Amino acid sequence: MRIALFVTCLADTLYPSVGRATVRLLERLGHQVEFPQGQTCCGQMHINTGYQKEALPLVRRYVETFEDCEVIVAPSGSCVGSVRHQHPMVARACGDEKLAQRAEAAGRRTFELSQLLVDVLGVDDVGAYYPHRVTYHPTCHSLRMLRVGDRPLQLLRRVEGLDLVELPDADVCCGFGGTFALKNSDTSTAMLADKMRRVLDTRAEVCSASDSSCLMHIGGGLSRLRTGVKTVHLAEILAATRAAA
Amino acid sequence: MSTYLGMPTAPKGVGHLRGSEPFPAAARRALADTQLRHNLAMATATIRAKRAAVVAEVPDWEELRAAGQAAKAGAMRHLDRYLEQLETQVQARGGTVHWATDAVAANRIVTDLVAATGSREAVKVKSMVTDEIGLNEALAAAGITAHETDLAELIIQLGHDRPSHILVPAIHRNRAEIREIFLREMAAVDPALTDDPAALAEAARLYLRRRFLAARVGISGANFAIAETGTLCVVESEGNGRMCLTLPDTLITVMGIEKVLPSWQDLAVFLQLLPRSSTGERMNPYTSMWTGVTPGDGPRQFHLVLLDNGRTAALADETGRQALHCIRCSACLNVCPVYERVGGHAYGSVYPGPIGAVLSPQLTGVEENASLPYASSLCGACYDVCPVKIDIPSVLVHLRARHVDEARKERRLPHAEAIAMAAASWVMAEPRRYSAAQRAGRLGRPLGRRGRIGQLPPLLSAWAQARDSPVPPSQTFRQWWRDEHRKPS
Repeated sequence: MRIALFVTCLADTLYPSVGRATVRLLERLGHQVEFPQGQTCCGQMHINTGYQKEALPLVRRYVETFEDCEVIVAPSGSCVGSVRHQHPMVARACGDEKLAQRAEAAGRRTFELSQLLVDVLGVDDVGAYYPHRVTYHPTCHSLRMLRVGDRPLQLLRRVEGLDLVELPDADVCCGFGGTFALKNSDTSTAMLADKMRRVLDTRAEVCSASDSSCLMHIGGGLSRLRTGVKTVHLAEILAATRAAA
Repeated sequence: MSTYLGMPTAPKGVGHLRGSEPFPAAARRALADTQLRHNLAMATATIRAKRAAVVAEVPDWEELRAAGQAAKAGAMRHLDRYLEQLETQVQARGGTVHWATDAVAANRIVTDLVAATGSREAVKVKSMVTDEIGLNEALAAAGITAHETDLAELIIQLGHDRPSHILVPAIHRNRAEIREIFLREMAAVDPALTDDPAALAEAARLYLRRRFLAARVGISGANFAIAETGTLCVVESEGNGRMCLTLPDTLITVMGIEKVLPSWQDLAVFLQLLPRSSTGERMNPYTSMWTGVTPGDGPRQFHLVLLDNGRTAALADETGRQALHCIRCSACLNVCPVYERVGGHAYGSVYPGPIGAVLSPQLTGVEENASLPYASSLCGACYDVCPVKIDIPSVLVHLRARHVDEARKERRLPHAEAIAMAAASWVMAEPRRYSAAQRAGRLGRPLGRRGRIGQLPPLLSAWAQARDSPVPPSQTFRQWWRDEHRKPS
C-alpha cells in the first residue's frame, strides 16, 4: 500500500528518530512510504490556545498537502485527533464550509499509527524485537478522541523479548495539554508528578506512548529527576528488530 | 467568527461566579495544601469507583445519555414556550411566579417575600442557584438569617467557608476537621463529640431538628420543573430537603430557566441518569415533587422565582449553549485530573471543575472569567462521563477562541503569546519558512548538557521549572528524508 507520512512538526524538528522508525517499520511490512514535502504542522497548538484565525492557513495547508493521498499516517494520536475533529470545526468557525468538507474527507483517511497497523493493514505482529521492561501510557487523545482502545498493547504484546508491565491509572492525563503546561504549569507539574509515580512504581526501564508531545512531558520530568527511566515512542519499539539490535 | 452582542450577563458585585484572582494563582496555592490534596484524592477516587460500577450495570447507558441530551436540546430550542407553560400551570395550581433578570432582582424578590411573612429566619434546601446569586448574604443584609440544612452545606456555613464541589460542598474537609467546626460553632453540642461519622450526623440532626420545627419559610432550588403540569422536583439523599419543602407555611423556589422540561416522560430519563452519575447510587433516597399548593397539606404559599442571570446570553452561543444542559451531577468534577488536584475554590465560582470552566465564563461574560477556559489539559475525561453528553473540551476550545477574538478586537492580546502564535502561523503556512525556522531552532543545541536542556528562555521558562527539554537533533526528519531520497535520482 502507498502510505503518506504526516510526521508532525514536533517529531520532524525534535524527534526525527520517530519519523525514521515509522518509515522503517512500514517499509519492512512491505509498504511504500511517501513524505509530501508541503507538510508543516496541524495547528493544534493554535486551536487549543484560542488562535483559530492563525490556525486556518495550517488547516488549508494540511488539506492541500494530503487530500490526494489514499492513506495518511501520523505517529501522534493528538495530531490525528486535531486533523479529524478540529480541522472541520476551525474551517466552519472561519466561514469556509468548502474547506471544512475537504478537511473532513482528508481526516477520514488520516490514521494514528496503531490504528493503521491493526485496523487498516490488519497486523498485530510486526516482527519486532525489544528486550526491555516497558510500560505504556495510552495518551488522552488516542483514548478519548480516536478510541484506539488497546491496539497499541496488542502490538506490544507481540514484540519478542518485551516485558510489558501494566501502568496503573493509565488513562489519567500526564498534565501536558500543550500550552496548559505553560499557562498552568503548577497544576501540570502536579499531574506529571502523579504520572511519574505510577511509571516508577512499575519498575519499567522504558515508558512508551504513541505521542511525542506526551513523551516529551513525561520524559522531561523523568530526566529532570534523574530517574533512570527513559521514554521511547511506540514506533521506535515496533521498528526495532533483532538484526538492528 | 461570531460576535456576541446585547445579551445581559450576570452582574458584578453580587453572588459567587467570579474569583478574586486568576485560576493559575489560586491553583498554585491550593496545590500546596497537603490536607486538601489528600482529602480530594481520597474522596474523588471513592466516588469515581462507585459511579463506574453502577453505570456499568446499565446495558443501555449510552442510549440513556443520548435521550438526556436530546431532551435538554429540545427543551432549550423552545425554552420560551415551556417557561410560559410552566408559569401558567404553577399559577393555575395556586402558586405565584416571579421573573428575575439577574441575581440582584432575584435577591430582592426573595428578600421581599420573606420579609412579608414577618419571619426573620428561613431554612434552606441545598441549592446551587441560591449560592450563585449570593442569596444568604442578601438576606443577612435585610436582617434575615438563612439556615443551611444539607449536612455538607451546614458544615460550610458553620465553618465560614465556601463550597468546593457541586454535590459534596465540603469535599475538601475530612471528619476531624468537621468535628472541630461543630465543637466550635454549635452552641449546645456535646463536648465529648468524636469524629465518628454517625456521631457527627447525630449532632447535626439534633441541631437541625430545632430549626425545622421553628421554620415558617423554606427556600429551595430545583433539579427539574415539568412544564405540562407545573411540577417542581428536588432530588436529594438526606431528607433534610423534604423537611424544608413540607414543614414551613411559605415555600420559595429559585430556579434557573434552563431547568424546565416539557413532560414527565423527560423526567423519567433524568431520574435514571442523575443518581448514578452523581452519588453513584442506583436511586437517590428522596425525590420530592410538588405542584402548586394543596390545602391542608404542606406550604400554604408557594413562590417560584425564574432566574436568567446570564443564561440567555449562554443560549445565544451555538457552541456554548450545551453547557445549559448540565444537571449538576458533578461526575465531570470527580474524573477531572485538574479538579482532583486543585479543588473547587481555585475556580472562584460556585460552579467548579470542567462544567464550571464552561458555564461560569458564559454567565459572566468570557472576559470576566478568562482564565477558566484554560484551566484544563483537554484530556476529555469529563465528556466521557457527562450524562447529557456535553462536549466540554470543544466548548473550552471555543471559549478560548472567544477570549482571543475579544482581546484581538480591543487590541489587548497577551503580548508575547500573540506574537509567538502569529509568527508560528506565518512560518508554518509555508514549508520553506518552516525549514528555515527549524535550522534556526538548532541554535539551541549548545544549551544541551548530556542530551538534555535544563533551562529555557522566557515564555518557555515555566516548562523548565520541572522538566528537562530535548536537545534539537543535528538533522531534522525532512533533511534526513531528502538525503535518503536524493541518491537514486
